[in-house]
Amino acid sequence: MESRSGHLAWLPHLILVLGLALVGFPIYVTFVGSTMTTPEILSGRMSLMPGGHFVENYLAALTQGMPQLSGVPVARLLLNSLIMALSIALGKMLISFLSAYAIVFFRFPGRMVCFWMIFLTLMLPVEVRIVPTFQVTANLGLIDTYGGLAIPLIASATATLLFRQFFLTIPDELIEAARLDGAGPLRFLWDVLLPLSRTNLAALFVILFVYGWNQYLWPLLVTNTASMTTLVVGIKSMLTVDANTPWHLVMAMAILAMVPPAAVVLLMQRWFVKGLVDAEK
Amino acid sequence: MERRVVFEGKLLPYLLVAPQLAVTLVFFFWPAAEAVYFSTQSQDAFGLSTVFVGFENFATVFADPDYLHAFQVTAIFSVAVTLLAMLPALLLAVMADRVVRFAAVYKTALMLPYAVAPAIAGVLWLFLFAPGIGILANALRWMGVDWNYLLNGNQALALVIVAAAWKQLSYNFLFFLAGLQAIPKSLLEAASIDGAGGVHRFRTVVMPLLSPTTFFLFVVDVVYAFFETFGVIHAVTGGGPSKATEILIYKVYYDGVVGLDLGGSSAQSVVLMIIVIALTAVQFRYVERKVHY
Amino acid sequence: MATVTLSAVTKSYGSTAVIHGVDCAIADGEFVVIVGPSGCGKSTLLRMVAGLEAITGGTIAIGERVVNRVEPKDRDIAMVFQNYALYPHMTVFQNMAYGLRIRGLSKDDIRARVDKAAEILQLGALLDRTPRQLSGGQRQRVAMGRAIVREPQVFLFDEPLSNLDAKLRVQMRVEIKRLQQRLGTTSIYVTHDQTEAMTLADRLIVLNGGVAEQIGRPIELYERPASLFVAGFIGSPAMNFLDGTMGEGGGVMLAGGTALTITSDVAAGTAVTLGIRPEHLVLAAEGEAAAHLHVEMVELLGADTIVYGTLGDGGPSLLLRLNGVAEIATGVRLPLGFPAESLHLFDKSSGRRC
Repeated sequence: MESRSGHLAWLPHLILVLGLALVGFPIYVTFVGSTMTTPEILSGRMSLMPGGHFVENYLAALTQGMPQLSGVPVARLLLNSLIMALSIALGKMLISFLSAYAIVFFRFPGRMVCFWMIFLTLMLPVEVRIVPTFQVTANLGLIDTYGGLAIPLIASATATLLFRQFFLTIPDELIEAARLDGAGPLRFLWDVLLPLSRTNLAALFVILFVYGWNQYLWPLLVTNTASMTTLVVGIKSMLTVDANTPWHLVMAMAILAMVPPAAVVLLMQRWFVKGLVDAEK
Repeated sequence: MERRVVFEGKLLPYLLVAPQLAVTLVFFFWPAAEAVYFSTQSQDAFGLSTVFVGFENFATVFADPDYLHAFQVTAIFSVAVTLLAMLPALLLAVMADRVVRFAAVYKTALMLPYAVAPAIAGVLWLFLFAPGIGILANALRWMGVDWNYLLNGNQALALVIVAAAWKQLSYNFLFFLAGLQAIPKSLLEAASIDGAGGVHRFRTVVMPLLSPTTFFLFVVDVVYAFFETFGVIHAVTGGGPSKATEILIYKVYYDGVVGLDLGGSSAQSVVLMIIVIALTAVQFRYVERKVHY
Repeated sequence: MATVTLSAVTKSYGSTAVIHGVDCAIADGEFVVIVGPSGCGKSTLLRMVAGLEAITGGTIAIGERVVNRVEPKDRDIAMVFQNYALYPHMTVFQNMAYGLRIRGLSKDDIRARVDKAAEILQLGALLDRTPRQLSGGQRQRVAMGRAIVREPQVFLFDEPLSNLDAKLRVQMRVEIKRLQQRLGTTSIYVTHDQTEAMTLADRLIVLNGGVAEQIGRPIELYERPASLFVAGFIGSPAMNFLDGTMGEGGGVMLAGGTALTITSDVAAGTAVTLGIRPEHLVLAAEGEAAAHLHVEMVELLGADTIVYGTLGDGGPSLLLRLNGVAEIATGVRLPLGFPAESLHLFDKSSGRRC
């Protein structure tokens, strides 16, 4: 509804532009910082125009071994983050899809028990049970492995509930038609349900990729060596908040840590917004 | 809600739920049970033997002034983060719902912080406010404010609150906008015909219809402030200065991982679990009507 | 092609019986319509033939084979659903081909069968579209195409026209009838719409509360309804019912005091319900009127006129249908005649014809 009172029509735009500034300013300043040298940043009169060291800084960050990270270059952390985020996103989607399928499309003894067990996990974020979860993972020998980074985080009720909700909207007749056509449960899953779930899968992928990429406490605990840590966690080791902090590299790392999840969100925006709101209903 | 038509299958459904159930049992229920178990045990100094001590760990925890202090910090922190994340988001959503031109641009841009990790959000704001380095820190100095969050606990708390709220702004904005767009335009038109002005219309029609969204976001934001903001605190202040920004989840981590106090940390975990379960239960009582779990 | 034989078929959910022993032998190539109000069990009965619902008691045979324990896909049937149940992500071609692909037919075979069905149903130009790009009538035809390509022994239709608007429904009804006559495939068709039932059926099964009230040719059911229920269900507007008592010597005393003559051997004093269709009531000369209709409302439909009123002052309400346009004022008293050959007599307590 565009305001009819013409003299105030600019007000929403003004407020929204202020909102954009609030959101954009910290990111912009960080980007500017990532194109300068640390002495330029520390000069006390840092310019708000990008400097001339963009290529140099990012190349250095990606390829040079960082002393603060036991000589591991950021490219390696980027790779770790990517593996972790993808494993969590795809793993969650797979196991949630299957379990939601079983719970919605079959009747079997213990079905409701399974549902409630999965549902209860909604109430136990990993942070709450962090220490014992760490011990279990350590006992299983998963410290400093990709398995340890991803597997404990791939069980989630959110994805299961989203799939369940969607599966419940599939008309009964479609299943009956499939039965008459001679399609068994697995064939129905593959030929009908999976293609119909495309939008949901896309939306979930965005939400879960961002979730996996942005994990902090868990990777912090479960990795001991710099070569296995993630970008989001690794950046902390670079920060000493004194003159020794290589600010230009920290800023480049911060930008690098934002680009992949931001790209996924922006590129898949259409599905993401719908899926986000649906997932929490 | 149940399907009328289902497939036949004896073994297949169990095979299908098995992976999720296995992960859930190993990484959710086992650790949760261990947390409860360890919260009633006490280890000797060398970790060689444990004895059952009942609620002693809980008593110790609640007698610990540091823990009570963390509780207080968490309360201030979570209320401030929630308000700061919700109010501007609501304002922006109302505005974004009104404009036609550039609507997509605003929406896309305001979505960005959602993709930013809390820890990275912390680093962004740290860079703006690092004493002697950050642009805004220098601006504050120039205006005569004695800004040094490394020494001033209140300033440190303010900084992590702003960084944490900034990240959560997007999420609230998207939900408020979706909620606003779900309000039938005919309802607002009816209110206009009834003579309700803009502000009055918002208060009497829009806000009541938006209240489920608001309540939902309130709970989500509180849970976010309790747990997911660990990255902000750890990256920006490390709980300091002198525990001024030590929220409960940070203390669980610090006592359990750094301090190696298994019993105390587990007791704290159990307290946190009860808080989350209570929050989630409250939320479901409210959301139930829509979802039929 | 095959016969379908239902013998004492029952269905219960737990202790609740929904089908109470239905018997019916459907001939090869016959078009049978199961009709009844919602909740009468007609869809359940059809789905039992399809194999989508288990059979609690009795047997269902397709041809010579009892299919009680046969999987739906192996019963050699095809079904058209009310909401069409097309796979939304598949094209029209893929929708029709899916079942054939699973059965392992060769690509050429599938192509040939789908093309043939598409030609019969005039779907040729739509084969590459997805269901969402089709109109309701086109989706309906695709659903039929999916049934045809399977070349089944029996077609099952579950209210296939209820999702269409009135005009399209009439058009598709004609198409279905024509198609069935062309293919000659045994068909069972479920509907709640008695006009659809009357026009399509070789034979009708009127189902009420899980009981087959009457099975027979549509015109038989119209002319000699076996029960009050069938009498009221078949025909539009519905038959008028008047309560009364058998008098001495074959007459009926109506509740309002009117006496009608009817030939019947029902014992005097029996409580009966007398039925007469609105189109069978006649206007009588003033002296010969058996009763008077107090006119309350008149609907002029062009082809005919429906008159609403009561029998006598404040008596039971009655409908009268006259051919053509009859300008009748409300409030007048119309002299009515009740031709004896058009009267239906039912036992009031059992509801059966007597």
